[in-house]
Amino acid sequence: MPETPTIFALSSGAPPAGVGVIRVSGPGARDALLALAGRVPEPRRASLASLRDGSGALLDTALVLWFPGPNTATGEDLAELHCHGGRAVIAAVENALTQLPGLRRAEPGEFTRRAFANGRIDLAEAEGLGDLLTAETELQRAAALANAGGALSRQVEGWRERLLGLSAEVEGVLDFSDEEDSAALPECFTWNISALAEELGEWLVRPRSDRLGEGFRVVLAGPPNAGKSTLFNALVESEAAITSPIAGTTRDVIERAVAIGGVPFTFVDTAGLRDEDVADAIEAIGIDRARTALGSADVVLWLGPEGEGPIGAWEIVAQADRPNFIAKHSARFTVSAVTGEGLGALKEALVGAAREALPKPGEAALNARQHARLSEAAEALEAARLLSDPLLVAEELRRARVAFDRLIGRATTEDMLDTLFGRFCIGK
Amino acid sequence: MHSFDVLVIGGGHAGVEAACAAARMGARTALVSFDLDAIGAMSCNPAIGGLGKGHLVREVDALDGVIGRAADAGAIHYRMLNRSKGSAVWGPRVQADRVRFKAAVQAIVRAQPGLTLVQGEAAALRLEGGRVTGLELAEGTVLSASRVVLCTGTFLGGVLFRGEERFDGGRIGENAAKRLAAQLRGAELPMARLKTGTPPRLDGRTIDWAVLEEQPSDDEAWTMSPLTSARVNPQVFCAITRTTQAGHDAIRANLHRSPLFSGAIAAAGPRYCPSIEDKIHRFGDREGHQVFLEPEGLDTPMVYPNGISTSLPVDVQETVVRTMPGCERVQIVQPGYAVEYDHIDPRALTPDLQVRAIPGLYCAGQINGTTGYEEAAAQGLVAGLEAAAAALGKRGPALDRANAYIAVMVDDLTLQGVSEPYRMLTARAEYRLRLRANNAATRLTGLGVEAGCIGEERRLWWERREDLRKMFHVKHSQMVHARELADHGLPVRRDHGEKPISEWLRYDGVTPDSLSPWLADVTACDPVLAEEMAEDAAYAPYLARQDAELRDLRASEALSLASDFPYAEVPGLSNEMVERLSKAAPGTLAAAGRVPGVTPAALSALLVHARRRQLERQRAS
Ligand SMILES: Cc1cc2nc3c(=O)[nH]c(=O)nc-3n(C[C@H](O)[C@H](O)[C@H](O)COP(=O)(O)OP(=O)(O)OC[C@H]3O[C@@H](n4cnc5c(N)ncnc54)[C@H](O)[C@@H]3O)c2cc1C
Ligand SMILES: Nc1nc2c(ncn2[C@@H]2O[C@H](COP(=O)(O)OP(=O)(O)OP(=O)(O)O)[C@@H](O)[C@H]2O)c(=O)[nH]1
Ligand SMILES: [Mg+2]
Repeated sequence: MPETPTIFALSSGAPPAGVGVIRVSGPGARDALLALAGRVPEPRRASLASLRDGSGALLDTALVLWFPGPNTATGEDLAELHCHGGRAVIAAVENALTQLPGLRRAEPGEFTRRAFANGRIDLAEAEGLGDLLTAETELQRAAALANAGGALSRQVEGWRERLLGLSAEVEGVLDFSDEEDSAALPECFTWNISALAEELGEWLVRPRSDRLGEGFRVVLAGPPNAGKSTLFNALVESEAAITSPIAGTTRDVIERAVAIGGVPFTFVDTAGLRDEDVADAIEAIGIDRARTALGSADVVLWLGPEGEGPIGAWEIVAQADRPNFIAKHSARFTVSAVTGEGLGALKEALVGAAREALPKPGEAALNARQHARLSEAAEALEAARLLSDPLLVAEELRRARVAFDRLIGRATTEDMLDTLFGRFCIGK
Repeated sequence: MHSFDVLVIGGGHAGVEAACAAARMGARTALVSFDLDAIGAMSCNPAIGGLGKGHLVREVDALDGVIGRAADAGAIHYRMLNRSKGSAVWGPRVQADRVRFKAAVQAIVRAQPGLTLVQGEAAALRLEGGRVTGLELAEGTVLSASRVVLCTGTFLGGVLFRGEERFDGGRIGENAAKRLAAQLRGAELPMARLKTGTPPRLDGRTIDWAVLEEQPSDDEAWTMSPLTSARVNPQVFCAITRTTQAGHDAIRANLHRSPLFSGAIAAAGPRYCPSIEDKIHRFGDREGHQVFLEPEGLDTPMVYPNGISTSLPVDVQETVVRTMPGCERVQIVQPGYAVEYDHIDPRALTPDLQVRAIPGLYCAGQINGTTGYEEAAAQGLVAGLEAAAAALGKRGPALDRANAYIAVMVDDLTLQGVSEPYRMLTARAEYRLRLRANNAATRLTGLGVEAGCIGEERRLWWERREDLRKMFHVKHSQMVHARELADHGLPVRRDHGEKPISEWLRYDGVTPDSLSPWLADVTACDPVLAEEMAEDAAYAPYLARQDAELRDLRASEALSLASDFPYAEVPGLSNEMVERLSKAAPGTLAAAGRVPGVTPAALSALLVHARRRQLERQRAS
């Protein structure tokens, strides 16, 4: 078997920071420690060491830790170097590691992949860790952390347990009908299925974690020259869109992803809406695209005449610094992109709305795949609730179980038989 | 020196099926048993079939086995259990006359071409270079064969218990085969101990039947085997009584005298078939437990009280049965007892029931930790077919969890092992909507024909049936408009358009009978098949959904794990998991997922490493 390469990466935040933790995982982790620190400390004990490169030059004085595999986070030999977090120090240590034979920088997600491949984490946890690596905002990170910590797996285990109990009751009726004990399903049976289905339903309507990746979509719309692009630039804090006094400047849809207060947003600037016969061919296409963009918006900021925007849009009065600005009765916000007036309040309100629509910090959230599996389980439970033939009820419950199993990646009927026999007095 | 392709030891239900199946495959086969007159004896309750078990009987029959036809020949009471539920869990069961059943088995065995019967005690296996080469009988004769199938039941270290009494031996009145047992023990096969029990037998002439609720035989015409053209025996009724509070009190007062509670028996018994003392001990609050009084034959007054297996002392047994209504003056003919015996850990077997450590040696039946005639017969069939196929360079029928209960059982046994006597249950089969007792022939007979284990008579029957099935398919695809159905009084809305018959069959209230204007001619040809085809149509949406799941399964079945897969080298697997996996030696990743205790995380680790090994081997070659 060709030797698995040993990988390393900075596993704490980007420098500069207080400390920089560099993790090394793989068969060469021990040698890497020896090479840099000159010795291998006692397993799982932090100790202070001088890190030196190949020529003996001192790189840093760091805390080093040694975790022999397979009972480590990755399932492999693992070393940790807690260095001073300055950019130069980190770069120097990483450079020294690259010089060692068989070591290379980890690809994104590679630590997680190894942990999964080595049986340290299950499917849902792996997905959580995967998300964690790509998390850019505080909110994304908190949600990914909850999944990686096994919150979803534990929740599914709990549901699965209850489902096994329900299956056991139906199986009792099917396989032991001649026993007086289990001749009929208890009255609360359907109720219990509904209760479980309802709980799944609550998860299903929760904001999904892939929403975090896309961010909360805010679309700016209104007639030409309303000041959309200027407000857009102010919100994303860059000159992303061209602005000019010429009506019809913006011809395409422009998107920018930014984080405000740790919350991911996608702001969308659109072509000004006006009668298509006034606009040229290109602008007409732009207007068409603008209309499509409105459909996918979480919030529309409407800079046009009051009441003419899409339903639910926020009425915005823009260019409030101009003496001749037109007020609105039901204006949500009155802003000026030039003076910055009202911008803070607008952003705050957007952050508030986004927090409602996106997964709550620390709460496990489903990604698209998990959502699909869970929907399948919910659908099967719903079908089971409505069926009266216990054989088909059992089949639907089995389908729900398979969906759970696929969600976290497992399968067996034996657990169910255990539950079955633990509960009932069953003779032949 | 007598030479055979396959030797089968033991003339119980497993041995009979193994020997006949091997001979049907064309192997020169010998069946060795203590007493040829005891071949086909029903040791205990003369009932065949039931929930899950009826499926096994129909499947063994579909592969041209013995048990279904013999059950019909002996049947004196037919009952379709679970009739009120969906047909996939119907359990055909018969009460058989012990003497007639045995006579039928012996007639089939003796008529089987290529099968030699040898009376004697199998004393020792002959081994060369770790492989089986034959068998030595107690009186010295040596039989040679490259394949030997052990179907010796509870003969390994069997001890009988009744109250404070102990006896040596398998069943009362039979010897335990000591030499063979010693040899197997010497081979260091993994063994474990189980127990089972039997109730006292009653003299039916001393039961007051008049006060009891009768349970008549089904008045329909179904039989266990489709080759049985009609029921042959007069049908008798069973009766139902109950245990009573007074009986429970007597049991409780004497629990300490039961070997189950005194600590004399430590082995696990079946949870689904507990002794009456277990029932009282665990579920003592119950008013009383149902007991079925089942006549054992037409020419005997013996009655089998189903539901009160016990190892209490004889005097307590007497007190208890006499507290049951209708049994106040009943006489016990033979008291109940419990047996504790050794069995081989079936995880030591490969999916063809061959002992992994001793090539050429196969095990089937109770020796593998199962209980029941049907379970024994089904394993005997598999071992016989596979042993013959191996000896002749053929292939046995391709059975798997999605086409046969038989395969579900073999897979469960060889992967999960047993912690109690294994009995078939429909709950064990994840694809049970497709594994119905009434479609066993459709599922399996074709595979049997391909493998070459189906006799002439059944093959002709099956070919006719296949032709008929095609006709049914044509009829089922006829397009019929909702209006037409409504005009015939069917409960469908007139605006539901035009659909094939097969889809209409999924509608509530649309029965095959009500569709007779469109199906009458084919239904008349074969009403049983008509029912099966209608169920297929009704279950079709569920089966279609399972297809996707089965594709997933096949994908993980495609990833094979060698029997010496180095689980210890897979990082992240706990020692316990490594041990379980090494013991069960799953053949594929799908099978590994069915080994108990294997976590999702471990499975992913296994997947990755198995893939990696596969790639490396490809690269190396
Ligand atoms: C007390 C008791 C009660 C039971 N009650 C029921 C019940 O109610 N219903 C039910 O379905 N099942 C019952 N069972 C289980 C059922 O009897 C068995 O599971 C089934 O018969 C096993 O079949 P078998 O072919 O494996 O073994 P057996 O039927 O035991 O057959 C073994 C055969 O091998 C022969 N043999 C053994 N050793 C040798 C040797 N060395 N040389 C030659 N011949 C040998 C024996 O003589 C015998 O013929 C009961 C079992 C016991 C012990
Ligand atoms: N004083 C002042 N001028 C503004 C403000 N916002 C926009 N303008 C000016 O108004 C003109 C039009 O602004 P844009 O942002 O390009 O307008 P738009 O809605 O994107 O127009 P189209 O892209 O043509 O649809 C530009 O000349 C801007 O400089 C503001 O808040 N205050
Ligand atoms: Mg613009």
